[in-house]
Amino acid sequence: MLNYFNQNKILLIINRLRKYIFAMFLTVLLVGLFEALVLSPEDYKQSDSARIMYVHVPSAWISLGIFSLISILSFGIFIFKNKNFALITKSLAPSGFLFNIIALVTGSIWGKPTWGTWWAWDARITSMLLLAIFYLMFILSWRIFDNNEKAIKVSSIVAIIGFINVPIVKFSVDWWSTLHQPASVNLLKDTTIHSSMLVPLFIMTAAFALFSLLIFLMKYNTELIKIKNKGLDRL
Amino acid sequence: MINEILFMNGYGVYVWSSFIFTLSGFFILYSVIKLQLIKEQKKFNAKYENLSSEKFELAKKQKTYRELLPNTSISKI
Repeated sequence: MLNYFNQNKILLIINRLRKYIFAMFLTVLLVGLFEALVLSPEDYKQSDSARIMYVHVPSAWISLGIFSLISILSFGIFIFKNKNFALITKSLAPSGFLFNIIALVTGSIWGKPTWGTWWAWDARITSMLLLAIFYLMFILSWRIFDNNEKAIKVSSIVAIIGFINVPIVKFSVDWWSTLHQPASVNLLKDTTIHSSMLVPLFIMTAAFALFSLLIFLMKYNTELIKIKNKGLDRL
Repeated sequence: MINEILFMNGYGVYVWSSFIFTLSGFFILYSVIKLQLIKEQKKFNAKYENLSSEKFELAKKQKTYRELLPNTSISKI
């Protein structure tokens, strides 16, 4: 299975796929924006402010998903001793962090017209802020430590500890009484959003996922070239 | 129609600022990562061009460099 993480194979695939993914991302994003801003109906309670959901919710989903993936791969680094996993986690972090910040900022903007405040220290918002801090610590650990081995170890520990926060983010709205509304889209229970709003939400999620993939591939490519640059010095 | 989309029943400023913040974030991150990639590729090209003929032959034999070079502007291989 680990052969799939062969750097040279990945480098070839990346360079072939990148432009197609970029074109797909732009197309899906344009369709998503048109659906979200023009075609989708206003909410009966929150009126047009509910349209913020189309950038807020996918960002929160993807930032949480990426951190979970980083944490699982960090476990893999300790178990399989595969340094490629470290390269993958390092390349995933920038887009995950950006989506975390987008979720926090757009959530804050959405909070003003619906709750009457930009910020509240409720469980969901605070745990999302904690997630951003874990992302920041993960990214900084790669910048602070010059020694690659140390950076891999510290960043992996940060990701594994941060994984404790993931279920807290997910279930905070069920465990505590929060200002933040409970999940409206459920895999196991009935979804409480009408399809006219669910479709744009999924299209925007697809666009954001494609953007994450694009950034991941470009960052991974950069990291591989960095390694090969060091290799040329040693020739 | 255009007014409706712009003002959104008084929520336009919140909705548009959220979308503009998101798209600006995309643009900034994409630009930063793209610049980093170009910088590393340029560094690689410069190093590769300055290799002695001995080291050049050595690099040519290595699979990793053969696969990297078609993606750069160097056409030695």
